[in-house]
Amino acid sequence: MNDFKRQALSLAKELPEQDLTTPQWLQNLRERGSQRFQAVDWPSRRTESWKYTSLAALGKVASFGAANQGDPASFPVDAWIDADAYRLVITDGVIDTAACGELPAALTLFADADDAQSKIIEAHLGRLADSEQHLFAAMSEALLQQGVLLHVAAGVKLDKPLYLVNRISETAAPLVNTRLLVVLEQGAEAEVVEHYATATDATKGFVNAQTEVVIGDNARFKHYRLNLEGEAIHHVGGVFVELNRDANFDGFAIAKGAELIRIDYGLMHRGAGAHVELNGVYLPRNKQLVDYHTNVQHCVPHCTTNEVFRGIIGDRARAVFNGRIHIHKDAQKTLAQLSNKNLLTSNKAEIDTKPELEIYADDVRCAHGATVSQINDDALYYLQARGVDKDQARIMLSFGFINELIQQLENQAVLGYLLPELAHQFGRDVDLLLFDGDDLDSI
Amino acid sequence: MLRINNLHASVEDKEILKGLSLEIKPGEVHAIMGPNGAGKSTLGNVLSGRDGYEVSSGTVEFKGANLFDLAVEERAREGVFLAFQYPVEIPGVSNMEFLKVSVDTVRKHKGLPALSSVEFMKLARTTSQKVKLDQAFLKRGVNEGFSGGEKKRNEILQMMLLEPSLCILDETDSGLDIDALQTVADGVNAMRNKDRSFIVVTHYQRLLDYIVPDYVHVLADGKIVKSGDKSLAKELEAKGYGWLEGGVA
Ligand SMILES: Nc1ncnc2c1ncn2[C@@H]1O[C@H](COP(=O)(O)OP(=O)(O)OP(=O)(O)O)[C@@H](O)[C@H]1O
Ligand SMILES: [Mg+2]
Repeated sequence: MNDFKRQALSLAKELPEQDLTTPQWLQNLRERGSQRFQAVDWPSRRTESWKYTSLAALGKVASFGAANQGDPASFPVDAWIDADAYRLVITDGVIDTAACGELPAALTLFADADDAQSKIIEAHLGRLADSEQHLFAAMSEALLQQGVLLHVAAGVKLDKPLYLVNRISETAAPLVNTRLLVVLEQGAEAEVVEHYATATDATKGFVNAQTEVVIGDNARFKHYRLNLEGEAIHHVGGVFVELNRDANFDGFAIAKGAELIRIDYGLMHRGAGAHVELNGVYLPRNKQLVDYHTNVQHCVPHCTTNEVFRGIIGDRARAVFNGRIHIHKDAQKTLAQLSNKNLLTSNKAEIDTKPELEIYADDVRCAHGATVSQINDDALYYLQARGVDKDQARIMLSFGFINELIQQLENQAVLGYLLPELAHQFGRDVDLLLFDGDDLDSI
Repeated sequence: MLRINNLHASVEDKEILKGLSLEIKPGEVHAIMGPNGAGKSTLGNVLSGRDGYEVSSGTVEFKGANLFDLAVEERAREGVFLAFQYPVEIPGVSNMEFLKVSVDTVRKHKGLPALSSVEFMKLARTTSQKVKLDQAFLKRGVNEGFSGGEKKRNEILQMMLLEPSLCILDETDSGLDIDALQTVADGVNAMRNKDRSFIVVTHYQRLLDYIVPDYVHVLADGKIVKSGDKSLAKELEAKGYGWLEGGVA
């Protein structure tokens, strides 16, 4: 057993045990998690799903800081996404009541769950994030202390997005273990923005953030997973989604890159007529690493998946993209597309992209492409022919490569937050990008 | 302005321009007509400096200096402007931002003060109105999803913003409806002055009713095979290219 595991398990032991506020089901879950966490081997280079991302350094992490030591004042003032949303803030792994806004009735903390809610949690938690297989899903359960349940009743539309901020303050260097369970009953609708942030670029910490989503028949879920932490962070996380009949999942993921960002998406078509739309962008620089593993399973007929991930990898950074689509025997009339395009902006940058397509049904339409792209010469020439110098033109085209996906964001608050950040990173003028002819008259 | 002397150029080892000579003085408008594949676009690309065009012999002087000493972007800043026959679509790169960056660099080169974002956006908007391009096109990606005619208007918009000294319009009239043709011609005519020259490549005499040229040339098989005044265009319209010496197809 390595240092990481040892520490995590001893933290698990320190969790308040038989106290009255910890329900039996939660204790059972932790116990199961601990056992599984011990049983699952620490991934090595031989572990298929970790082949390109080494956890050797993480295994030697000397010590985690305790939760809730940090200083909320260390955050930049304008760190929020300015959204008309229900805001739930977790600072250094602990719910930060002072920073939260008003919260919807559909939201419950695990500890406050009533009987009916406990039953829902028990029924679904750990069902989609497979803790028998996934080390960090097991860890998430072993250390489960405070989870969040968003349960939207049948036919109800959550009137505002849930904006979940998970942030780490300057000095804490904590182990953050968070869990979100979303259950949308039949015909329900909700939108969740998960925003991961750190006080500064040098802020340290380990984040394990697992999200499970059950989308009921004819229900719709919009989801943003924004990994915008500083570059000293380690983040492993997952988004596991089950789609029932005619369910709709519209997801967006972005990661700027850090010591380690590893996100697993597991999307399961369980009911006919379900639809998945998933876009993602990753932008590691310096010596950062981003690793997305996506796994879409079509178990039933007539479902569609449209997945697009684009990455720009600079300097000595590395990205891993593993896009799996598994079409089971009964999943006739599946329509699945996955495109992964990568732009390397330095010759020391690296991408390991691996498409995996497994089809066991005969009447399906699938397209699957993974490429390392070059800057388009014709576009480059066009810009140069208008006086733009070559380096500048390259940057503009690189930005354009991801901006194509960013521009499609429906949530204007998220767009309004991301665009200036990214524009700044690429040296672009955001006023021009946001040009609105009608606004111009008032300036 | 421009002196091309016995220019030979090839693409992928195939000689396209075969001894082309042409002189253009400040303020003149030269129309170039000629059959498909004659080398008209090649001439534009060679002048603007596109990669892949090998100049084997001949000279081109632009404002008295060797044009071939300059990189693509330097030519643009010095005032060479090529309105493309097929403008490329660049999704994700905002048209507005592209226009600003390009105007910024050219203005800087000319020693003009930089425009603020707001000043520029206002300028871009007024100019886009002149070419009857809705301001929504400024917000979109460069030429992204523009119709053929909208792309051409975007080229003219760029020309008006950059105020180049040599404008090469490669079939800017192709694919334009009558009203758009008038708009584009108005744009060009408004820019005509004693210091600015134009090369107007076209297949249609009609454009030259709107933009009246000082000279008309026939480019065939990589050379200028006949030159005349605007009446030559009418003659070509009536007779085609077959009657010209050199056995043009
Ligand atoms: N990149 C290229 N590779 C190979 N051949 C080329 C290339 N570009 C041009 N050519 C060839 O060079 C010749 C001249 O082409 P060019 O585009 O200059 O003709 P044009 O006079 O503009 O014709 P059009 O009136 O159809 O626009 C053609 O035979 C064309 O196929
Ligand atoms: Mg041509």
